[in-house]
Amino acid sequence: MSRIAWYRLLVVAGAIALLEVLCTAGVIDRITMQPPHLIARDLFRMLVSGRMNGAIVKTLSNTLLALVLALVVGIVVGASLHRFRALRDTLDPLFATYYAVPVFAFYPFFIVVFGLGDLPQVLIAFMLGVVAVIVNTLNGLDRVPAVLMKTARIMRLSPADTALRVTLPSAGPYIVTGIKLAVAYAFIGVIGSEFIMSRGGIGYEISYAYTSFDNATMYPLIVLILLASVAINAVLSGWERRLLARRGMR
Amino acid sequence: MADERRSFLELRNVIKIFPASRQRALLHALGPLDLELERGEFFAVVGPSGCGKSTLLELIAGLTPATEGSIEFEGRGIAGEAPDGIGVVFQDDASLPWLNVADNVAFGLRRIKLGSEQKNERVRNVLDLVGLSDFSTSYPAQLSGGMRQRVCIARTLVMQPTLILLDEPFGALDQQTRLLMGDELLRMWRQTKATVFLITHALDEATMLADRIGVMSARPGRLIDIVKTGWPRERDSRIIEHGDFGAITARLWKSLREESLKTIGRSAGNGTGPR
Repeated sequence: MSRIAWYRLLVVAGAIALLEVLCTAGVIDRITMQPPHLIARDLFRMLVSGRMNGAIVKTLSNTLLALVLALVVGIVVGASLHRFRALRDTLDPLFATYYAVPVFAFYPFFIVVFGLGDLPQVLIAFMLGVVAVIVNTLNGLDRVPAVLMKTARIMRLSPADTALRVTLPSAGPYIVTGIKLAVAYAFIGVIGSEFIMSRGGIGYEISYAYTSFDNATMYPLIVLILLASVAINAVLSGWERRLLARRGMR
Repeated sequence: MADERRSFLELRNVIKIFPASRQRALLHALGPLDLELERGEFFAVVGPSGCGKSTLLELIAGLTPATEGSIEFEGRGIAGEAPDGIGVVFQDDASLPWLNVADNVAFGLRRIKLGSEQKNERVRNVLDLVGLSDFSTSYPAQLSGGMRQRVCIARTLVMQPTLILLDEPFGALDQQTRLLMGDELLRMWRQTKATVFLITHALDEATMLADRIGVMSARPGRLIDIVKTGWPRERDSRIIEHGDFGAITARLWKSLREESLKTIGRSAGNGTGPR
């Protein structure tokens, strides 16, 4: 591990140690927060008991579904828009301002239309992620060297083969950036909607524990989400680093 | 079967005009131009920058259709589609950075009906020919510019083309590497028995490598001279010591000087013509 990575670990460990000291010394009272060692213990007990398994499975499967949808739709739409200049020029300003729109504002509307099931949550998460994938796919396709397109024509690749074997791989590192964003947005979308209104999931359980002063459930769940997103991000970043290193881009 | 008496590659009265668009005025890029290549010869084209050399190559490669005239390769017409038997190596690095060297070379073999063992055999042979056998699992980013260009040459050779078009393939390389790559190109040309059509801006490179050298005029590019070098088939970069080398290069420059001045005069003047 590099020196910087050690420093980073030290900062995180220091912050946890500080919290531990503040909580046990009574500076932070028990109703506000549990000391970290108790959070860790409660998280362990919770996972062993399996009482949150339903919520965890629901949140993760909805997130995964939204992510897959955002990736498939985002890459297909991005690749198609790249071929149709006029349509792209029409939509570009909309993409640029898209993230100024609070997508959660549509959530009540989705509940009215689709009911209080999983679909509105998946839809919100999908809507949050899909434009990041489209924009990054377009960005990557813009950077495919002209000489590679000529090579594809010399090899007489079909349009589908050109996309799958030349342009999309060439745009790969940019698409991975889109995937990373989509993962984050999918989590935010699903857990956020569970917070607002739902009948289960990690977000719902956190919100429920919060309203019933159940710190022994709330903090372990928050830590669980933190750990999950850090782990997924680390895996994706590692993938991105290897991809870029292979191309001598880092 | 193609008529034996027909020439290998024949361009008749070829003209290329890029029509006016919103971005630019109508551009008469090339021609009228006639050219015949014989099977197995090494033909180089020199000309002032912007004279339409690359356009000529793209016409032969079928990347763009001629506005007028006909192009026949082995007796078949070429009209805007890349024909079988023609391979192209570009100046820009066209290696695929996400594939290793062997996969890069095998890239075009997918549409050829061959067993995988035969394909691997072909890739091995070609990597051997371009001297990259020890790098088959390396990625392009790990190689030098000259080696990456050899990957692209190998990817072209593995298709066993009868006509290889090279568009300033060594333009981005340093002088020593260029000379050595020239030697390798001559060796590959002899071994594969392919016909080579090389575009270059370097007169000495053209003189060193080619059997015949076509000199192009300033735009619209036409052939104003064809110079025969008369070198033996067995040759390498040491041919620059030959007594005729200087005279041939000088003749190329004599033909080109006026044309190059026109190009400079134009670009230093009021653009490419009346708006």
